[in-house]
Amino acid sequence: MAEKYNFKEVMSKPERLAPGHRMCAGCGGTITVRNVLRALHEEDKAVIGNATGCLEVSSYMYPYTAYEDSYIHNAFENAGATLSGVETAYNVLKKKGKIKDTYKFITFGGDGGTYDIGFQSLSGAMERGHDMVYVCYDNGAYMNTGTQRSSATPQFADTTTTPAGSQSNGKVQIRKDLAAIMAEHHIPYVGQTTFTRDFKDLYTKAEKAIYTPGAAFLNVMSPCPRGWGYETSEIMTICKLAVDTCYWPLFEVIDGKWILSYAPKNKLPLEDFLRPQRRFKHLFKPGNEELIGLFQAEVDRRWEELLNKCE
Amino acid sequence: MAIRERLSGNEAVAYAIKQINPDVMPAFPITPSTEIPQYVATYIANGEIDTEFIHVESEHSAMSATLGACAAGARALTATSSCGMALMWEELYVAASDRLPIVLALVNRALTGPININADHSDSMGARDSGWIQIYAESNQEVYDNFLQAFPIAEHKDVQLPIMICQDGFITSHGVENILLVEDDLVKEFVGERNPEHYLLNPNEKMSVGPYAVSNYYMETKKAQREAMNNAKRVILEMAERFEKMTGRKYGFFEEYCMDDAEYAVVIIGSAAGTCKAAIDEIRQTTGKKVGLLKIRVFRPFPEEEIALALKDMKAIAILDRSEMFSATSGPLGAEVRAALYGVKSQAEVVNYFYGLGGRDITVDDFKVVYDKLEKIAETGEITDMYDYIGLRSR
Repeated sequence: MAEKYNFKEVMSKPERLAPGHRMCAGCGGTITVRNVLRALHEEDKAVIGNATGCLEVSSYMYPYTAYEDSYIHNAFENAGATLSGVETAYNVLKKKGKIKDTYKFITFGGDGGTYDIGFQSLSGAMERGHDMVYVCYDNGAYMNTGTQRSSATPQFADTTTTPAGSQSNGKVQIRKDLAAIMAEHHIPYVGQTTFTRDFKDLYTKAEKAIYTPGAAFLNVMSPCPRGWGYETSEIMTICKLAVDTCYWPLFEVIDGKWILSYAPKNKLPLEDFLRPQRRFKHLFKPGNEELIGLFQAEVDRRWEELLNKCE
Repeated sequence: MAIRERLSGNEAVAYAIKQINPDVMPAFPITPSTEIPQYVATYIANGEIDTEFIHVESEHSAMSATLGACAAGARALTATSSCGMALMWEELYVAASDRLPIVLALVNRALTGPININADHSDSMGARDSGWIQIYAESNQEVYDNFLQAFPIAEHKDVQLPIMICQDGFITSHGVENILLVEDDLVKEFVGERNPEHYLLNPNEKMSVGPYAVSNYYMETKKAQREAMNNAKRVILEMAERFEKMTGRKYGFFEEYCMDDAEYAVVIIGSAAGTCKAAIDEIRQTTGKKVGLLKIRVFRPFPEEEIALALKDMKAIAILDRSEMFSATSGPLGAEVRAALYGVKSQAEVVNYFYGLGGRDITVDDFKVVYDKLEKIAETGEITDMYDYIGLRSR
């Protein structure tokens, strides 16, 4: 592991996701991929996996690939299983002396490919304990197909399949807590993170996930300017508000031990995070104060639950 | 010297896997193919092979992991049946378009609706357009022999396609028969090592697999698959020739039984061919009528010209399908064989019957009735039941 985090040094490592891909300007998913791959040690090789989604269709559009490493996309719901096959092949070929180099295995999926359609495949791969990292770039909806709700979509979000309307306040259900579910698989490493000022939290968690032997899961809140409805330049503010309101807590679970990575000095009201986003606009109409209250209560409840686990 | 044994079809395939010693086998149990991964797991548990087993949580993941392992450069395979293959559906197409030489040990079983665990070909016939090579067997010996030829065919540089080696559920998979096994060293020499040109873990070259290819490239990938399938015809025969040199057992696209002078032919796939042969022997002995059988071994690629030439001079032909395709007309084999005959301007009368769905038995007497019908059709030129079900309950 890196002895001391040096922002300048980390950011000047060679890119493993080449520029020229077709992801949107300001895409959080791309920032996640670039920064997770930075945590690979330069001398190590890697095979990058990918569930179908924005990232896949924008980064490997035949005949161009944005990956400096070997890369495999298979389908939407099987990134976990696919990379577990690659990792197993590596173990056999290494044992037989056909491969000498060290390879690391990292797969990316959006919340659609991870929380929902790929949930079974992810669970299987984690339970089997393959030496791989599954990274969910969680942007809270099916963005590739045009912002339909997922089980990662927060309650009350206006999506194209849970539109706010005269009889609807957006998504009815509260979001699934996937990091906790992965922790319940009793794998050696689970981390939840997003983009912080110096990216240290993401970088160190990615490095731990990659270099902890066995299965690891990383949940990275990766804002989507189009789906969430904010100015692309505001991404770091959005992430900071998500963390400081405790909507998106930063934590890790190492060998079953829950560790809080950050506790805000001043826990901000949830509406500070909601207000800048178009998807929550309807919550600020007169008469909807109660909805924000319900949402706040859910965030508070989960934050307390997390603090208890981290004691 | 070949080894004399008595094995079930599943045991024969598992034994072939042991002899081949592949790298990775992800599998999920489903009747009647479950024994194959069980035997392999036992070989691994006893240190008899180097294969890594992946205990996947579904058949979709079984094929996904097999695909990942094969793309990585390993020799990878899986086994399944029926709904297991249906759950792999999407992956079958991905494997073929990624040009991965995966082997699937398929133990044919009816697709659910209602649930049924017995033999028919609805699983593999439904996958006939997926881009996989399909080779079928009548007996345990044939499924073993086919399995030994599977990797050399699939991995051939001019092919690079996935292949399914099919046998009939329970009838072949669980029926124990005498079998001649090839010696280990000969198998090793015949099958060789997998040495892919491009693979994910190649130290000298990085590779991306599974692109997004829109309308400006997609069609070329299909044409390339078509060419590979065309090449597979040649390679299948080359491997059959090599195999014959090793064992003396001869294989082709199909087997012709009593076809030299035949006037009435049945076309069939799989284990029921054995019953049909018994009927032919009896009919020829007792009546001298010129009845014969064309048993399809290779269904994908479809040996259209060869089948047509073998059948064109018949007076009447019955094509027997062990699966429905609910066109309200032909079954899959019926449609394709009939289309093949059109190409050679055959004057043969053709009927297409369905049999054995969900494991329904077909008997020697059933085949005698089929040949009687063919004779009558040829005499009168009248077909009353173009599409018929054999052996239906009367009540």
